[in-house]
Amino acid sequence: MTTHPQPGSPDKEPASEEQAARTALGDTERAQLASTPTALPERPTLGRLFLENLWAANTFTVTLLSLVLAMVVGAVLMIISDPDVLATYAYFTARPTDALGASWGLVSEAYANLFKGSVFDPGATTVTAALSPISETLTYTAPLVFTGLSVALAFRGGLFNIGAQGQATMGVILAALAGFLLPLPPGLHLLVAVLAGAVGGAVWGFIPGILKARTGAHEVINTIMLNYIAVYFLTWLIVQNGVQDTRRTDAISRPVDASAQLPRLFDEPLRAHTGIFLAVLATGAVAWLLNRSTLGFELRAVGANPDAARTAGISVTRTYVLIMVFAGALAGLGGSQMVLGTTAAALTPLVVAQIGFDGILVALLGRVKPWGVALAALLFGALQAGGNRMQSYSSISLELVTVLQALIVIFIAAPALVKAIFQLRAARAARLQTSLAKGW
Amino acid sequence: MEPGEIHALLGENGAGKSTLMNVLYGLYQPDEGEILVDGKPLKLRGPSDAIAAGIGMVHQHFMLVPVFTVTENVMLGAEQVRGGVAGFLDRRRARREVAEVSQRYNLRVDPDAVIEDLPVGVQQRVEIVKALTRDVDLLILDEPTAVLTPQETEDLLIVMRSLKAAGKSIVFITHKLGEVKAIADRITVIRRGRTVGTASPEASRDELAALMVGRTVRLTVDKAPATPGEPVLEISGLVVDDERQCRAVDGVDLTVRAGEVLGIAGVQGNGQTELIEAIMGLRPVLAGTIALEGRPIDGWSTKKVLRAGVGYVPEDRSVDGLVKEFSVAENLVLDIYDRPPFGRGLSLRPDAITKSAAERIEQFDVRTSSAQAPVGTLSGGNQQKVIVARELSRPLKLFIAAQPTRGVDVGSIEFIHSQVIHERDIGTAVLVVSSELDEVIGLADRIAVMYRGRIIGIVGPDTPREEIGLLMAGITPDRDVPATGDGEAPAPDGPGSEDEKA
Repeated sequence: MTTHPQPGSPDKEPASEEQAARTALGDTERAQLASTPTALPERPTLGRLFLENLWAANTFTVTLLSLVLAMVVGAVLMIISDPDVLATYAYFTARPTDALGASWGLVSEAYANLFKGSVFDPGATTVTAALSPISETLTYTAPLVFTGLSVALAFRGGLFNIGAQGQATMGVILAALAGFLLPLPPGLHLLVAVLAGAVGGAVWGFIPGILKARTGAHEVINTIMLNYIAVYFLTWLIVQNGVQDTRRTDAISRPVDASAQLPRLFDEPLRAHTGIFLAVLATGAVAWLLNRSTLGFELRAVGANPDAARTAGISVTRTYVLIMVFAGALAGLGGSQMVLGTTAAALTPLVVAQIGFDGILVALLGRVKPWGVALAALLFGALQAGGNRMQSYSSISLELVTVLQALIVIFIAAPALVKAIFQLRAARAARLQTSLAKGW
Repeated sequence: MEPGEIHALLGENGAGKSTLMNVLYGLYQPDEGEILVDGKPLKLRGPSDAIAAGIGMVHQHFMLVPVFTVTENVMLGAEQVRGGVAGFLDRRRARREVAEVSQRYNLRVDPDAVIEDLPVGVQQRVEIVKALTRDVDLLILDEPTAVLTPQETEDLLIVMRSLKAAGKSIVFITHKLGEVKAIADRITVIRRGRTVGTASPEASRDELAALMVGRTVRLTVDKAPATPGEPVLEISGLVVDDERQCRAVDGVDLTVRAGEVLGIAGVQGNGQTELIEAIMGLRPVLAGTIALEGRPIDGWSTKKVLRAGVGYVPEDRSVDGLVKEFSVAENLVLDIYDRPPFGRGLSLRPDAITKSAAERIEQFDVRTSSAQAPVGTLSGGNQQKVIVARELSRPLKLFIAAQPTRGVDVGSIEFIHSQVIHERDIGTAVLVVSSELDEVIGLADRIAVMYRGRIIGIVGPDTPREEIGLLMAGITPDRDVPATGDGEAPAPDGPGSEDEKA
């Protein structure tokens, strides 16, 4: 019988090794935090660390490579859908340069236009033309930030908010009504209209939230149903007396008063408006809420383990309702931008476009983290803006952009696929699968 | 392994016993090394290969379909078919087979009974029948006694002996020393994934324990006699349902005094969980009252109960006790995150949380790489220490610990026990619920035995184990119900059948 000098738990050493391994597999960001002090006996240079991490399957690399993969698939689709280019493949064995040259020409021009339409056009001669791509990108980005944050916030609280679309719709309705029905002074009018948008979304989020909390009804089903109700309510509302534009016969409402419109960032015709500042502000607020507030603590605890949260005295039902109200308010704000910004000035049946559903993609692409969501929204906004130019200059249909967005998210949702394709170093992307699969 | 041998695999939780056996059963692939069967190396790609090689396994958690009959469960995965392509299930043949196997090894299993109606002990025998009908020569029993009453355990040991007599080999995985000594022919002790020694059953308990842990451990808890004070928790006539609306707690009266440990013994599933959850405000009280220092607390929210000075270690730490994705520091404030100094108004104070975490990690000897490590990466014992640290670092009137050392290594058990006793000694009322009889006997100053939602006896800690064991099976000495009689609580009729009554 030997006595061990060391007191306490004897399972320490193997556990910690095992822990390190599990940590590395299980949790990307924290693994880096946790293992840094132990795993670095000699401090490697920052540069080497960077290079090592670049080719490890971390979230950044996987995201970037997903983008590349999506563009490759997109290129193939472009070639297949262009009859002229496809025709050159008929005699591919005789003159392969024809086919390759035509393909390259088509694809490179399309992607160049995507870039020119979203970031910078080197051929621009005036300041306005130079700023135009960025302005367009920001215009598309702002509402997506809100709907993305809406989905991401709910996701962190363990709820899958498919209803950002409906919440945005209710937001756009209330914002527009406040915008053309209330005779208020400038400044105050805008504030009221924006808040009305938030309230509209919050109400539409509250309903599935309270149903989930009180009856356990699944929020996915209920938010989808509420999407339909919101959309058809909008369609009905537009043609009512006092709402419909009296000078028009088609389904369009009165325009929002100028006093309720978000100020533009630049002069006409550049469309970028101050909504993008609100978006950045909202991102910061959500980040603070999640990580630095007691409410965020409750929200994350409920999202990660509702049973433990309940046992620790956190009211899970109250938290569910709050999450959905906040998520709804964010989506409502996003919706309000569609009519208070420069995209449209009046309600039409399609005024919110797809921002709610795109918000789901943005949230997933942004790894349900606030600043990640903002960046993802920027990418999606850029794709939208660039897609418009690609359509008019390269006659590649705008739908290809939608396909690209979908492909990017698919590749991100399947990090194992990306890792296998690029042979990434055995690594740490496991958390992605779990975090994305968890909502269901 | 020799034919007709019972080989016990002994080791702490997390020592690698189950992993080893899962490799043997083909569920995991070995990284290195090989398995020899009759001298030939064996490559297992899955459980079906293992069954083909004559290896059967009874898992710790049964793999049975609750709404199927015994026969259907035994057939599952090896369905007998007749009628050629039409593929009718040949229930009759399967039924005959089950009856035959059950008869041959004296397993006493009714082929037509539906699984969910059967007590846990019988369900386990169904698992054994299932393995035996696949013609296995080697049977692996993974922690088979964890869910059984002492009497059911006795029955299982008898079954194991008859299997041994029929030439079957058995690997018996456990961390309970008494059972190993009672039945094993040979004992292999595993620690940290390595074989650290073999022993014969004649070795003393202390020797085996020392081998298991790698040093001498105290299996008993050192403590001074209790000095009970005023009643802190008073429960009377408490009635609580479980989630299936079945009566789980059926009229419990209980008093816990300041400075004493009341232990609740009983086989799992006799209402202990529901009793504790009702106290904590996690489950509605249907009748009766719960009072904390004279104030009724039934109907209070969990937060209010916790704030009133009740500490709670839930029985299932991974479900109810911890948020695994959260850091150790965050888990340490899971129930006081919104109180100063950790939260002020709406904002959280991460510095204060980290600082207090560092102190408590030190004080409670939590082994973690850092306070920011996700708690899910800690070993079971250290996870449990995080919960204990959280609950014991605020002033308490009542401390409730449910299964405080389940799945915890011996070293941590010792530490947690000493913390519980320390809490008692500073005048807190302590309520310990455990299905480990040794734990209850070691910790408690009074032992209440719970059976089918009632407290059927309160005894002192010096009561013989056998007597408590009988109580746990529902047999009270004064009523003196014959074991096979039609009394309210016949002995082998375990807790699983309480549904019919409720």
